[in-house]
This record gives sequence, structure tokens and C-alpha cells, in this order.
Amino acid sequence: MATVDIHKQEDVHHHDDHDHEHGHGNFWTNYIFCQDHKVIAKQFLITGMFWALIGGVMSVLFRLQLGFPGANLSWLKPVLGGWITDTGQIDTEFYLALVTMHGTIMVFFVLTAGLSGTFSNFLIPLQVGARDMASGFMNMLSYWFFFLSSVIMFTSIFLSTGPASGGWTIYPPLSALPQAMSGSGLGMTLWLVAMALFIVSSLLGGINYITTVINMRTKGMSFSRLPLTIWAFFFTAIIGVLSFPVLFAAALLLIFDRSFGTSFYLSDIYINGEALPNQGGSPILFQHLFWFLGHPEVYIVILPSLGITSEIIATNSRKPIFGYKAMVGSILFITILSFVVWAHHMFVTGMNPFLGSIFTLLTLIIAVPSAVKIFNYVTTLWKGNIIFTPAMLFSIGLVSFFLSGGITGIFLGNSAVDIQLHDTYFVVAHFHLVMGSASFFGMLAGVYHWFPKMFGRMMDDRLGKIHFWITFIGVYLVFFPMHYIGIAGFPRRYYSWTNFETFNSFADLNMLVSAAAILTLAAQFIFLFNFFYSVFRGKKATSNPWKSNSLEWTTPIHPGHGNWPGEIPTVYRWPYDYSKPGAKDDYIPQTVPYSETPESNLPHENDLIKLEMEDNDAIVVEGNKH
Amino acid sequence: MSLIIGLGVILVLFILYLIFRIGNLVGLVKGTKKEEEHPGNNVHGLLFLLFCVVGLAAFVWYSYVNFDRYVLPIASEHGALTDHLFWITMVITVVAFGLISLVMFWFTFKYSYDPKRKATFFPDSHKLEIIWTIIPAIVLALLIFRGLRVWNDITAPASEQAEVIELIGQQFAWTARYPGVKDNQLGEVNYKMIDAVNEFGLDLSDKNSFDDFKSLELHLPKGKEVHLKIRAKDVLHSVFLPHFRVKMDAVPGMYTNFKFVPTKSTADMRAETGNPDFNYEMACTEICGKGHFSMRFLVVVDEPEDFEKWKASQESWLKQNPDYLVKVPAALREVAMIKSGIPVESNTGASTPTQTVSISN
Repeated sequence: MATVDIHKQEDVHHHDDHDHEHGHGNFWTNYIFCQDHKVIAKQFLITGMFWALIGGVMSVLFRLQLGFPGANLSWLKPVLGGWITDTGQIDTEFYLALVTMHGTIMVFFVLTAGLSGTFSNFLIPLQVGARDMASGFMNMLSYWFFFLSSVIMFTSIFLSTGPASGGWTIYPPLSALPQAMSGSGLGMTLWLVAMALFIVSSLLGGINYITTVINMRTKGMSFSRLPLTIWAFFFTAIIGVLSFPVLFAAALLLIFDRSFGTSFYLSDIYINGEALPNQGGSPILFQHLFWFLGHPEVYIVILPSLGITSEIIATNSRKPIFGYKAMVGSILFITILSFVVWAHHMFVTGMNPFLGSIFTLLTLIIAVPSAVKIFNYVTTLWKGNIIFTPAMLFSIGLVSFFLSGGITGIFLGNSAVDIQLHDTYFVVAHFHLVMGSASFFGMLAGVYHWFPKMFGRMMDDRLGKIHFWITFIGVYLVFFPMHYIGIAGFPRRYYSWTNFETFNSFADLNMLVSAAAILTLAAQFIFLFNFFYSVFRGKKATSNPWKSNSLEWTTPIHPGHGNWPGEIPTVYRWPYDYSKPGAKDDYIPQTVPYSETPESNLPHENDLIKLEMEDNDAIVVEGNKH
Repeated sequence: MSLIIGLGVILVLFILYLIFRIGNLVGLVKGTKKEEEHPGNNVHGLLFLLFCVVGLAAFVWYSYVNFDRYVLPIASEHGALTDHLFWITMVITVVAFGLISLVMFWFTFKYSYDPKRKATFFPDSHKLEIIWTIIPAIVLALLIFRGLRVWNDITAPASEQAEVIELIGQQFAWTARYPGVKDNQLGEVNYKMIDAVNEFGLDLSDKNSFDDFKSLELHLPKGKEVHLKIRAKDVLHSVFLPHFRVKMDAVPGMYTNFKFVPTKSTADMRAETGNPDFNYEMACTEICGKGHFSMRFLVVVDEPEDFEKWKASQESWLKQNPDYLVKVPAALREVAMIKSGIPVESNTGASTPTQTVSISN
């Protein structure tokens, strides 16, 4: 054992010395316009973290208003300027701008680009055994379109009329008419332009992910041997490629309505003392188009996190993931169903009630595969040998959020019950737990888990655990009380509730929620410190710090462009042979052939040995030909 | 002052950083002697279990103690049904949530890392998977079918006898229009006829519009079916009557509908809640601009006879705005005056042809 360790350490040095000379080309081609999927992944990650910070700060700002109404916020004037009124209150329109931008940023810029962009990019080539993405150039474009989109969205925050403020769902006519609110002016135009570019970025990325998974798997990496992360990224990319174009169409029609006088979404409007000429359009049409993306988007956000979690829970339970096929099947089923449940966001929008019945049925069906996933995670923990790395803690946290947030979906998916709960804080609690916090935890888990592969160093374990516990408890304190507020009927996107006798209570809970939100945001700075500190000064990583089976850990500690210095390794088994009875170690990497592990093979695996031999012969033959 | 606070914060952060550095260095020195493989690992299993038990206990306690604070009393017929379904779902989900959480966090505690043990290789079990696919499927199917029955009843067309009331949303106020006691029919509207006074866009060539009246409170009859016809003038709004479990968007360019039966008058509710100042309220639940949070509309539920009295006591819109008589086609003008309650004699002078011409010019 000792010799192996020494050998590994030599390895570290070797690659460290080489690292700087390794990259040919200059700073620009290595770090900026780089086509290496690993660098692009880090670009997405850093940009995503930047956005998460902005989105998080925004949420704390509007939580200040909700938790401490009437508090004097004049001290924010140096930063927010005119958005703080003379009496030290947040401007009501700015409040809506905050809510809108928080939603847009978190859903699209953090949990879509920041999550899929980072981990699909980073892990797909490494885990399927490819040198890079199918098209490195398109992949680079994907990031730079996202960057451009980010710049435009960021610029819109600084407009004097404010950024888009009509909710992240930008329902027209509110978003279509600049006279309806100031945020619907230039802010909305920039929102639409930024989102159009974002969609281009997302499609360029998605097509690459799909192509790479289908075409560039290494020898032996059959679909049934793919880690669940790859399955999740694969289906996520498919959902994105199929649904984002619909948002593009919706946005385009909205641009026409706003700028070219068409009436796709507008009809019979009298505003500001003027009857508009638009007739025959339907605001409901926009909602259908929006949610045709919007609902699959929820799964675009959560599936990668579920994939990441599957990998981390199996690794750190030292057990195979329970029900691999069922896990893949449930992702597939969720993918398909995600396209036929969109109208459950629209039960009380004036849509035909018969459609409401159909969508209730389809919506509650999607709860079944989601439940299966939870049961499978729990069973994976059963009789495991659980190592609580920070990544594992966040993964267990994810399962808990996915459970507590998912279960309230059963209320909301039932149209009759949704009548009362629609657009109340119950919905806010539901989706912040099930897709917001859960996905966010998946992302954090992923960062902790693959940090050694990304930067060749370890993040600090203790700080990671402190970060987890504050965040985990904080998130529950923020979102759990919202269920009560929601059942009491409090509508969302309200600047204050004091106008109503019915909603004139729960100041205590709202204050608790806001305090917890501040605490939770503060805890993220522990993470940021840990992250940047560890990039430069963290403990040097070993080549396989978590004793994991999947392929990325067979690369050098600092993989260069191309990932493996020599030949790409061949894969002989699935990635979940943990604690296999008879085996010497509690893990058998995917690159170990069955012929080398006769002591732990299952009967049907012994039959595969012969196939392995034939395959190897085939290589030799090919090699001779050349 | 803020400078001092700023410096203080920086100092605290710096101290934290030092502690972190020293901790790291001490760890490095200590790390030379081989200790346990995952130090402090099993604390987290315990913490998870503790978190689960304390969390569930707090959940149950708070839900029990504050029940009356977060549950609004029900004041409609269908509200009893939807709430019933809500509580059935609540029982099922809370049981499932509690069980799964307890099991999961028990596992994290029980199966924390132990170098002497090896995890059980348990990759799949068809039996288990079938069980937990089918059980949720059956439970959900039951909930769906119950839900759909209720939903279909709620969304079925309103009966002919229902009391029709029109609600109009605009930035940032509600108005209600009643069909009037003479014909009990809402008159036609056209958004192009809306102006500062004719805020409904009443089409005065339709004789049903003559006795329509406007109200800045929503009056509802107790025990009678109410049919809300909802529209919006500018952007989306949403009618939300929390005590009646009613919610429906107001959409420009189309009518949306909601029918329900109020079961408790305002007086009943005052007695039930023990709050003499209790009032029903209506709110907007679709983001509509900066005044979204202020669209309060007072709702009053009367005993049926009081409701009829109230309706009869309201002045028609046309009577309040007699200037608009000129918009009524000449042939209908007399009908209009009778139906709207404008005294015919006193107004004959006001509606002489010459004056009509001068106004219409």
C-alpha cells in the first residue's frame, strides 16, 4: 500500500511541474477563448457563482422589506440610489424588479447555465471517456453567448427605469406595455434580448452534450454502463433542445407585440386613458408557450442535480446505487412527462377547465417516478457505510428538500386544491424547496465532489461541513414557515400585506424567514472563501480522493486538453461496483476487467470475461494492421 | 459610525481567517501521526437524526398550536369540499413525509462509516421497486379522482338562476357591475367606449345596459349561487376571495367565470370568529404592477332579502351619469330613462333635440 502512495505523490509532482508548460498557446487561448471542456466548465461555474451571489443578495433585499416592513433602509441609498424612497423604504416597483430578476437569475443563469453548463461540460467527456466535446468550438461559443447574455442582463439592472419587473414569467400584457410599469420599457427589451442569446447558448451546449454522449463514449462504455450523472445530463440536454425553442418563439412574438404593433397576446386593452388598437390576441397563448418551456425548465434545473446526487450518494455510501435501471427509467419517464404537464401552472387563468382535468391527471402521474427516485436514494443509504464528505451532506440535504418540496406538489397538482393555493406562498415554498434549494444543493455537492478534479486541490472539509449545516438549517427555516403563510392565503409578489385585514398577521414568521435568509446568504461566503482559498492554497488532491469508480478519476490529477495522456481507457463494468462481496477493496473502478476480479464476479459476469478477451484480441489485430 | 462598524467587520473576518489558518497548520502538524480515517464523521449522522426529530416535533407543535391562525374559516359550499380534499392530502403526505424522513435520517445515523463493516452489495430488487411504484400510483389515483370530481363540479357552467355579477380589474382597483333589478341582464360592453366616466365601456345602444349599476363593494347573497364574470381592462389581474376559496384570473379581451355559493353572511362570520370588525376581502393574485399589493376590494355577504334590498337601493349607472343619455339611440331614450330610473318629466327638458345636438357635437 505504502509504495502505491509514494508513487501517487510522485505523480502529483510530475504533473504539477508540467502543468504550466503543458498548455501550448497563450493566456487568451488557454483561459478565455478556450475550447477545452474543462476550462469552459470552470467559466460557467465562476459566472454562475457570480450570478448566484447577485440573485441571493436581491432575495435578501426584498426579504428585508417583507420581514422588517417600515425599517429605515436609507443606509442602502449609496448602493441603490433612487430605488430607496426618501422615507427609507424600497420603491414598490423596484421591489417587483428584485423579485423578477431574482427569479430570472436563479432559474436561468444559475441553475441552468451555472449547473448544466458546469457539470455537463466538465463531466460528460471525462465520464464517458472522450477527449473533449463533439465540437469544442460550439462549446466555446455556448459559453460566450451566455457571457454576452449575462452582460446584457447585468446591464439592465442599472437602467434608470429598472430591469424587467413583471415577474420571471413575464406575462403579457404587463410585460408588453411600457405604460403598464416602468420595468416593461427598456428593461424588458434587454431581458428579451438577453434571453434570446441565452437560448442560443443553451442550444449550442445541449446539442454538444447529446452528440458527445451518443457518439464519443469510449470502448466498452455502453449506455447501460453510463454513470447516472451522464444519463441525467443527457436527458436534460434533450429537454432543453426540445423546449427552449418554444420559449424563443414566445419571446419573439412578444417582441413583435412590443415593437411592431402585432396582437399575438394583446386584445381589448384600455390603459392610461387610451384604448389600444390591438384586438384578437390572447394572453393565455403566451402562458401556454411560456410554460411549455417553463415546466420542462424545472426538470432542466433538477435532473442534473439528481444525477450528481446519485453518483455522490453511491460513492459515499460505498454501495451501488439502488435500482440503476429504475433510476434511468424514472429520468426517462420524467423527461417525457415533463412536456405534457405545463398547464398545471394555469388552472385558474381562464383556461378551459377540461384541460385542467387532463393536466391534473398527467401532473400527478409525474409524482410516481419522482417518488421512486426518493425511495431508491433512501435504499441506497440502507446498510451502507456512509462517509459524510461535504458533497455527501449536500446530497442528503437535496434528497430531504426534494422530498419535502415534492410532496407539496401533490396539493398543487390537484386542480381543485390549487384554486386556493395558486399564487400564494405555498407555491413559493413548494418550488423553492423542490427545484430551487434542491438543485442548488446538487450544484454545491457537485462542486465539493469534483473540486479535486477541477483544480487538483481539496476544499477544506471542516468549512464545507459548517457551510452545509448553516445552509441546510437556514433553507428549512426560510421555506418551511412559508407553507403556513401560504395556507393562510398570503399572495406572492406582494410588497406588503398591511392593506388587508385577512393577511394582517404572521409578521413573526415573516421576520423569522427574513432573518434565516440573511443567515443563509452569509453562510455562502464561507463557501466562497473556501472555494477561492482552496483553488490556490488547498491541500493537494490525490488522484482518486473519494475512491470512486467512474472514469474521470483515472485521468491525471491535472488533466491536460485531451484528458488522458495516453490511450483512453477501456471500460469493462458499470460504475457502481462498490463493496462487492469477495472484492479486496470496497470499490472496483470501471477500467478493471472482470478477468482480473474472479473473486467478486457474479455468475453472469464470468460469462463476460470471454467477451472481454475477444475485444482485446480485436484491438491487437487492429493494432497489427496499422 | 459606519466606518467603525465596517472596520469591526473587517477585523472579525480577519480573526476568523487567522483561526482558520492556525487550525489548518495545527491539523498539518497533527496529521503526521496516523489517526482515524474520517475524523468526526459519525457526528453528522447523529446531527441528521437530531435535526429530523427536532424538526418534525417543531412542525407538529407549531401546526397544532397555531391552527386557527393559518386556517381561514370557510364561507362557501365548494370551499368545504376543496378544503376536505386539502386535509386528506395533508394527512397522507405528512405521514409519508414523516416516515420517509425518519427512515432516511435513521439510516444516515445507523450506517455511518465504520471501518470494521462493509456495505451490503444490494443493487436492485424488483419486488421493492414494484411495491413503491404501485403504492404511490394508487394513492395518487385516488386523490386525482376525488379532485377531478370536485373540480368538474366547481367548473361546471353556472345555472340560469345564478346571481350574475361582473368584476373588472384595472391598475390598481376593482369595480363590480350588477345587472340591475329591472332586467337582471348585464348590458353589452366595448372597450373602445371606455372613457374617464364610462369606466365599464357600457354600450348604451344595448337596452340591457340601462339599469346596470356600479358598486365599489362586492355584495353577495348568502345561500344563493353567484356567477362571477371577470374581465380586465389593462393587464392580467386575479380575483382572489380567500374565505370563499375562489380564485380566477381577470384577462383583458375575454371573460373568465367562477360560480360559487356563499354560506355565511358577514354577520355570521363576525359571530363565528368573535371579531366584530371582521370583513370579507378580495385581493389580486396576479402580478399587475406597482400597486399589485393594494388592490383590496371589500366584500359583503348579506342575507338574501337584505341583498335584494341593497340592489334595489342602488342607483343605475346611467342615472348617476345622465349626460350619457345622448349616447342612447333616440328610439330607446325613453326606455332608457324608465329603466335607469331617471324621472322622465324632469328630464324631457334636458334632452331636447337642440341640446342633444350641442352635446354630441
